[in-house]
Amino acid sequence: MRHLPALVSLLVVAGVLAALPFLLSDYDVSLAAQVGIFFIAILGLNILTGYTGQISIGHGAFMAIGGYTTAVMSRDHHTDLVVTMLMAFAICFVVGLIVGIPALRLSGVYLALVTFALAVSIPQIPLQYSTFLGGSGGVQSSRTVDNLWIYVVAWSASALLFVLAWLILRGRTGRAFRAVRDSEIAAAASGVELPVYKTLAFGISAAYAGVAGSLFVLATNGFAQPSEFDVFLSLELLIGAAIAGLGSLWGILAGAAFVGLLPQISTSVPVIGAEHGRDVVFGAAVIVVMLLLPDGFAGLLTRLRRLARA
Amino acid sequence: VASADSSAIEGLRARGIDLAPAGAVAVFLGGGAIFLLVGCLQSTNFARLTVEGLAGGAVYSSLALALVLVYRASHIVNFAQGELAMATTYVAYQLIQWGLTYWEAFFATLAIAFVLGLVLQVALIRPVLHRSVIATVIVTVGLFILIDGVVNWIWGGDYKVMPSPFGNGSFDLGGVPIPHLYVGMLGVVFGCVLLMWALFRFTKLGLGMRAAALRPAAAAFVGVRVDRMLAVGWGLATVLGAVAGLMAEPSQIFLSPTLMQSILVYAFAAAVLGGLESPAGAVVGGLTIGVSLSLVIGYVPKISSELELPVAFAVLLIVLLIKPTGLFGRREVRRV
Repeated sequence: MRHLPALVSLLVVAGVLAALPFLLSDYDVSLAAQVGIFFIAILGLNILTGYTGQISIGHGAFMAIGGYTTAVMSRDHHTDLVVTMLMAFAICFVVGLIVGIPALRLSGVYLALVTFALAVSIPQIPLQYSTFLGGSGGVQSSRTVDNLWIYVVAWSASALLFVLAWLILRGRTGRAFRAVRDSEIAAAASGVELPVYKTLAFGISAAYAGVAGSLFVLATNGFAQPSEFDVFLSLELLIGAAIAGLGSLWGILAGAAFVGLLPQISTSVPVIGAEHGRDVVFGAAVIVVMLLLPDGFAGLLTRLRRLARA
Repeated sequence: VASADSSAIEGLRARGIDLAPAGAVAVFLGGGAIFLLVGCLQSTNFARLTVEGLAGGAVYSSLALALVLVYRASHIVNFAQGELAMATTYVAYQLIQWGLTYWEAFFATLAIAFVLGLVLQVALIRPVLHRSVIATVIVTVGLFILIDGVVNWIWGGDYKVMPSPFGNGSFDLGGVPIPHLYVGMLGVVFGCVLLMWALFRFTKLGLGMRAAALRPAAAAFVGVRVDRMLAVGWGLATVLGAVAGLMAEPSQIFLSPTLMQSILVYAFAAAVLGGLESPAGAVVGGLTIGVSLSLVIGYVPKISSELELPVAFAVLLIVLLIKPTGLFGRREVRRV
């Protein structure tokens, strides 16, 4: 019965998500799908940053790899799109493990800045290998899908990956992750193999970002382009994870909604005009939310719960 | 108590000048300098690329130094540093439009930058600084986006032209034309770096700032106003950023809102290369990155400017894998 409140909130979320496509217009469905895509990526980032304590500012790079996997496989082999998503998961898992290896020697800010460099470098690579990766013009996948398809697939994938994350985090592995976060030395002393768990966290987290990236490309008419995966995307993910806070489904939903919806909504601020309104309103909102809720929505929920109990 | 406190300050004094790099780093730097010198004597093209790289590197150094100042004081990386530099460059542009000469605008901009940095620290950073590191970093990310939007809103995204501060002439050094611009960039940046060093080394304010950065509790104990020092630190960092922006602008010919974005990445790389906590490391890191980029792109035909960023990333990664806390960084020893 300990899990009852969590189970109830899960069912409520699932119910609302199932009902949404019947209530919303096509454009709003595409926005809700966007939130689902960010949900997956932020969930993955939360495993790395929240549970293992390794900060990544480069998850946009993994999204780019996932997105290009889908676009290239679809273009060259007409592979089924869901299969390309699984491939994106696998490829990004491996790339994440590889990126995790230098992470073993680096900590804190150094790691964060290396991942930042990754986010900046990866979008340059298609420009150099333009025959295979399409240059600045991008890669068009052979099949496009409508907004409803993306909505359904994005949120089904979210549900699956949420359960997967729960399974990983609740047991031995999750305990090892948290031990690494709280004190690497103490964790190693109690027999946690640091290299295994640190790279594993990187791999899992990158794999989640890969699936998100693959959906991200499908949501832009199956078109993968370097400019979609600029540094701003990586920063958005980090902002989403910070606004989500640690270890709360509601928090991650709030973080995903914040970065998924606010830039779209704020383009219509009348005073400033569409083009710059987005940055002004979004930037200001990020600052205000962080000043009010330094521990994100999860921190707010904890505080509310404590108030309710008192 | 008095003796314990004074010894803490003595300790800080000693650490401030303890910049002597370890043996391997000295070999690396000495070897690099000899390599460059020999190369410059052998080939005029090599000399041209080296000077160009040094001038670009000076800009990276200046912004990297700003990042290091903030990092030492508050242990956060200020993502908005580059955009702050870009915004202050636009302020200079505006002042010139209003009729000031270039150098009047230059110094007025530095003063404005100082106040801007100070105010931002007090209004936005101080409230979250002690509550959550990640929240503070995210505030600077928000500031990055906000400043970008505001500059686009006020000045628009199109290219602006500023007058050239050093003219278009060039010196002739044994057959190698060296533009005044590059010499001027190097001179201005290193003048500012030297002034900053003197401020930290020889003034009471500088000592207070170093104390507040390294031992906040002990510093507060001997009467240093730690909060005030951190705010002044942000102001000075913004001034260094403004110098970087103003010197970057002529080398890119046009002023646009994306002026500092790639420079910020190189400045990050430079700061990390130098060890993040070391001002000398930031300067050396900036010059190293500037020269290596210029030479690699000039000489390796396969690597075009598209691969510039990945190359910088590779250099950074190799150095960090060999020395995980950068060239000048100290290994952190933790008690459990």
